[in-house]
Amino acid sequence: MKTDIILCGVGGQGILSIATIIGEAAMNENLYIKQAEVHGMSQRGGDVQSNLRISSNPIASDLIPKGGADVIISMEPMEALRYLPYLNKEGWVITSNAPFVNIPNYPGMEDIKAELAKLPHVVAIDIEQLAKENQVPRSANVILLGAAQKALGIDYDKLEAAIRRVFARKGDAVVDANVKALAIGREQQG
Amino acid sequence: MNKKLLLGDEAVALGALHAGLSGVYAYPGTPSTEITEFIQMHPLAKKRKVHSRWCTNEKTAMEAALGMSFMGKRALVCMKHVGMNVCADPFVNSAMTGVNGGVIVLVADDPSMHSSQDEQDSRFYGKFAMIPTFEPSSQQEAYDMMEAAFDYSEQQCLPVLMRVTTRMAHSRAVVEVKDEARPENEMNYNATAANWVLLPANARRRNDKVTAQQAQLEEDAEKSKYNLPPSQPLQGEGKTPLGIIASGIAYNYVMEVLNTSPWEGLEKVAILKISQYPLPKKLVRQLLESCEKVMVAEEGQPFIEEQVRGVFESQNILGRLTGELPRTGELTPDCVAAALSALGVTSPLATREGLGVSPLVAARPPQLCQGCGHRDVYTALNDVLKEYENPRVFGDIGCYTLGFLPPYKAIHSCVDMGASITMAKGAADAGQWPAVAIIGDSTFTHSGMTGLLDAVNEKANITVIISDNLTTAMTGGQDSAGTNKFEAICLGLGVESEHLHVVVPLPKNMPEITRIIREEINYNGVSVIIPQRECIQTFKRHAKERKQQK
Repeated sequence: MKTDIILCGVGGQGILSIATIIGEAAMNENLYIKQAEVHGMSQRGGDVQSNLRISSNPIASDLIPKGGADVIISMEPMEALRYLPYLNKEGWVITSNAPFVNIPNYPGMEDIKAELAKLPHVVAIDIEQLAKENQVPRSANVILLGAAQKALGIDYDKLEAAIRRVFARKGDAVVDANVKALAIGREQQG
Repeated sequence: MNKKLLLGDEAVALGALHAGLSGVYAYPGTPSTEITEFIQMHPLAKKRKVHSRWCTNEKTAMEAALGMSFMGKRALVCMKHVGMNVCADPFVNSAMTGVNGGVIVLVADDPSMHSSQDEQDSRFYGKFAMIPTFEPSSQQEAYDMMEAAFDYSEQQCLPVLMRVTTRMAHSRAVVEVKDEARPENEMNYNATAANWVLLPANARRRNDKVTAQQAQLEEDAEKSKYNLPPSQPLQGEGKTPLGIIASGIAYNYVMEVLNTSPWEGLEKVAILKISQYPLPKKLVRQLLESCEKVMVAEEGQPFIEEQVRGVFESQNILGRLTGELPRTGELTPDCVAAALSALGVTSPLATREGLGVSPLVAARPPQLCQGCGHRDVYTALNDVLKEYENPRVFGDIGCYTLGFLPPYKAIHSCVDMGASITMAKGAADAGQWPAVAIIGDSTFTHSGMTGLLDAVNEKANITVIISDNLTTAMTGGQDSAGTNKFEAICLGLGVESEHLHVVVPLPKNMPEITRIIREEINYNGVSVIIPQRECIQTFKRHAKERKQQK
């Protein structure tokens, strides 16, 4: 198998913890992994992205070539659109539909929704709202991961097991909240 | 052996620890910071009491590492590329002294300037200083090279320069690591003073020795297991149509393209991978002689390409200088695919298109955090400076450089660590008033203190704002060398106590802060104002830690 994933959002939204869970699941399956991250200046409220590649064969480049990504997982709807040139034509976009507005020229939300609706495969959900309604307020990003499960091509049980390992040292309450969040996300895939 | 998912920086750090490291010396700088942080947190480093506290700047770091080496132990120095400029003096002279315990100078270059002010390529420093240079092309190689480079440093009695770039430093991959760490070196007194006292007579002798040693270093590079000799043409007689010299991470982009190429394309290509310098000239010549054309793919400046081209301007050596690859900026699999495609290596990567760019997408530049004290400092400063005709504000390196952007548009310069104070002084010397310097706490101790002494000694008419958030914030909140010492430092340098003020940058204190700024601009001499409030990011982190402890 081979899946190329772009994770994106705004600095501070927690895209790297999604990457950690996917990486943990992939590592446990003895898959090859490359994950290029952005650290430094852009983490201060700017756009951030991470290229995550998992494969059963060795991976050469740390960066995903244009048109090569199978999935974009975005914590923010305009940021999901930013990386479309990297998505293959049958690729999936899994995104939060809650805008993070910290620039004066942020486009109209209706326009963004229309743009997203044009894509062949898209799941756009209000992860913050779902997280609040289900009493897992800190696990919105894991809801997004759950919604991406099929597109990632990783078994649900393996993602859940990875969550248990990644969050184990934070205690049962945190593990349970994130396992619940993953299940909520799965329901959103349709 | 066991497998770990490691950042390139972490692979370097673990490789150093497993190679018997006794001390890491570093100043934080993207993309190198995580190396020292990894060592600080690692149980083995704690158990062995490996030195890992942050240094005041790259020069103090390099010199402390030389001291540790002098006593026979293994030391690692880490920095971002521009840090090399700060430690250039001890770095270049470390080839003259040589080393006793192994020394690795790890420098993380930042092509495309993701978090930097220039795109300088540190391999030039290695050549210039006659110091052997390693450049890993994978995280595994980065881990493996650390022990090899420490051994080589001790074998050659020279430091080794290890060069990584952003996409290596900040990319994770699965790395096989050793189960056991090599013991640390015992302290010894083998360092001979005649090498380490660089009086001209000693230095001349050492210079001859190190110059003569270069042939051996090159010979070692020819045979290095990290330099893979050109693959032979797969079939037929005559020359291979295309040779590729690929170094460091560029090798991965070349392989990404070739892995997607049809087989008949690959028969036309021979590759030489380079990860150890001085440039192995025999390997290069072998490739040049067996290929019709050669393209050089390297991350950063055309370091190999210029050496291979020499002054002959051969039509058959291609790369960044001839436009096949972009002249500046980091490489990508896409630009390498386009270059190779133009040279006859077909790959779907060169023609594959993704979805179109959405016209809706707006730029989202980084900005100061909500609740950041620098915001209040700029608000106050702008409020006062609008009363003056032509104020100039000399900025510095850190989060507060973002004060250049709207809504503040508050600074007129940002050059290098510490330049705010010295540039303000030079401007004041030229007759500028008001001349204001704004500098962060960590940047001030890194390189601002000496400039402040210059200003005090000449009673320069400048106002210095040390915006103190109690941390090195831009790189993620590392300890700042001068925390709680700034008033004492300024008084010690001779700043007059009545023109030294500490304030708390909060909206409720605006009247007091603006009054002080106004008074001190109007004072003819050096004034220092220290707005002091913890970085909002470290404040949140500390609050969380306190909550968890309860």
